[in-house]
Amino acid sequence: MTPIISVEHLTKSYATSFQALKGINLAINQGEIFALLGPNGAGKTTLINIICGIVSPGDGRVIADGHDIVRDYRAARSKIGLVPQELNTDAFETVWATVNFSRGLFGRAPNAVFIEKLLQDLSLTDKRNSKIRTLSGGMKRRVMIAKALSHEPKILFLDEPTAGVDVELRRDMWALVSNLRTQGCTIILTTHYIEEAEEMADRIGVISKGELILVDEKSALMKKLGKRQLTLHLREPLQNVPSELATWNLELRAEGNDLVYIFEDSHASDISVLLQRLSGLGIHFKDLQTDQSSLEDIFVSLVSTRT
Amino acid sequence: MIGLTFNKYGVWAIYKFEMARALRTIVQSLITPVITTSLYFVVFGAALGSRVSGVGGTSYGAFIVPGLIMLAVLTQSLANASFGIYFPKFTGTIYELLSAPVSHFEILIAYVGAAATKSVVVGLIILLTAGFFVPIHILHPIWMLAFLFITAVTFSLFGFIIGIWANGFEQLQFIPMLIVTPLTFLGGAFYSVDMLPPGWRTFSLFNPVVYLISGYRWSFYGKADVSFILSFAMTVGFFAVFLGIVSWIFKTGYRLKN
Repeated sequence: MTPIISVEHLTKSYATSFQALKGINLAINQGEIFALLGPNGAGKTTLINIICGIVSPGDGRVIADGHDIVRDYRAARSKIGLVPQELNTDAFETVWATVNFSRGLFGRAPNAVFIEKLLQDLSLTDKRNSKIRTLSGGMKRRVMIAKALSHEPKILFLDEPTAGVDVELRRDMWALVSNLRTQGCTIILTTHYIEEAEEMADRIGVISKGELILVDEKSALMKKLGKRQLTLHLREPLQNVPSELATWNLELRAEGNDLVYIFEDSHASDISVLLQRLSGLGIHFKDLQTDQSSLEDIFVSLVSTRT
Repeated sequence: MIGLTFNKYGVWAIYKFEMARALRTIVQSLITPVITTSLYFVVFGAALGSRVSGVGGTSYGAFIVPGLIMLAVLTQSLANASFGIYFPKFTGTIYELLSAPVSHFEILIAYVGAAATKSVVVGLIILLTAGFFVPIHILHPIWMLAFLFITAVTFSLFGFIIGIWANGFEQLQFIPMLIVTPLTFLGGAFYSVDMLPPGWRTFSLFNPVVYLISGYRWSFYGKADVSFILSFAMTVGFFAVFLGIVSWIFKTGYRLKN
């Protein structure tokens, strides 16, 4: 399958000679939700802004839905919608006017029925005649999304969509994104809320210091790098891990009250063996719990091993 | 959208947006020039004009009308166009313009077109207002409209350049206040260049605004400080210069893109 966006050897240096992107290669598949993770200043926004036409690319090239973003910018840009990080709006315009403005700007004939439906999907119908400056931050964010979707793009960029957004809107946003995906829209979002990527994304790319250090399916990524741990709360504290269990990756915590077993996902079946051994040694436990390392743990370990 | 060669909806969206901005402040936009013109007539026309004999056979009141219109068209074009493009830079909404499938040329048509429309309207309102104070004859109405239109477009281009260059509201005001307004006052709006001593007369010919006002006055009364052909050539020349600067800005992305 040809990717809907392909980024090839893309670089970007700013006038200050700061190199924001160092040869990015990335292919985004049609219809997927791709999350771009990375710390502040990693180059996430620069990458998005280049694809959307806001920042001039350095070397390399970007193809969006078969169109070179520089040579064939009209065709490329009319396929793309962008919700930027900052809430930049025309304070004195009404919601209705600003969303229709965006549709026209992106070269589409007026379509009041479509815009009406869009505002409805974003719970903005009540606010259609309100001036944007009278809206709350969350409502403004919805207006930004409505503007980005006003020309029915095939590709939607969400740059930090839920930064400073309340729980309700965040849930709405996630619902909206998965709804868009079922309609065939490809979504690329940047975030540093790992739970957001974990919740929504099909694939995850990690960017650090202008380099894409990893791209993988979310599930594969978690399987590959995710560690699990089993914690047993013991009836009687232990002084040392019994020598019979030396081959197991065990350690004692909480002054010998907790016995912790850290294992790879693929070794989960060993747990029953371990429990039998323990019972054979007369070690009993009151309770047990298992934990899986989150994307956040994976992410932190990835970025920190690089620095 | 393949084969889209001119984004008419995009141009229309920007044009409408800019015109809507003027309509929100319709009272200031229209009442201000009417009041200002009336004040000029009270001061120059009635108070001073009665003591000044006519200039080249035209009453002083009527003589200053073309200059007053030009003064308003220059300042309005600069203010409208510079503010129009500066404001999205200031609020950050320019992201949308840069990410839209509109060419630089289309952006220019929309912003400059809207700014020029507004200043032509203001110019015509001043002309109407002046008609209440002095009898006005327009010998060459087609030329009158041509000068008005080209000057409005030219100075809207200039305003667009200022708006892109400006990094703050002070800079937005700087060129109009410190350069254009003095040049306009010294450009023969209120006097004929012939009335100046010879040295100053030659010096005046370096002032571009002299050509604009002189040509425009010729279209009214058939008399001018410099030949109207030269005036017209200079007007078109300024247009070409500003267009060249704008093309360079767009080519390099100067102060628009990183």
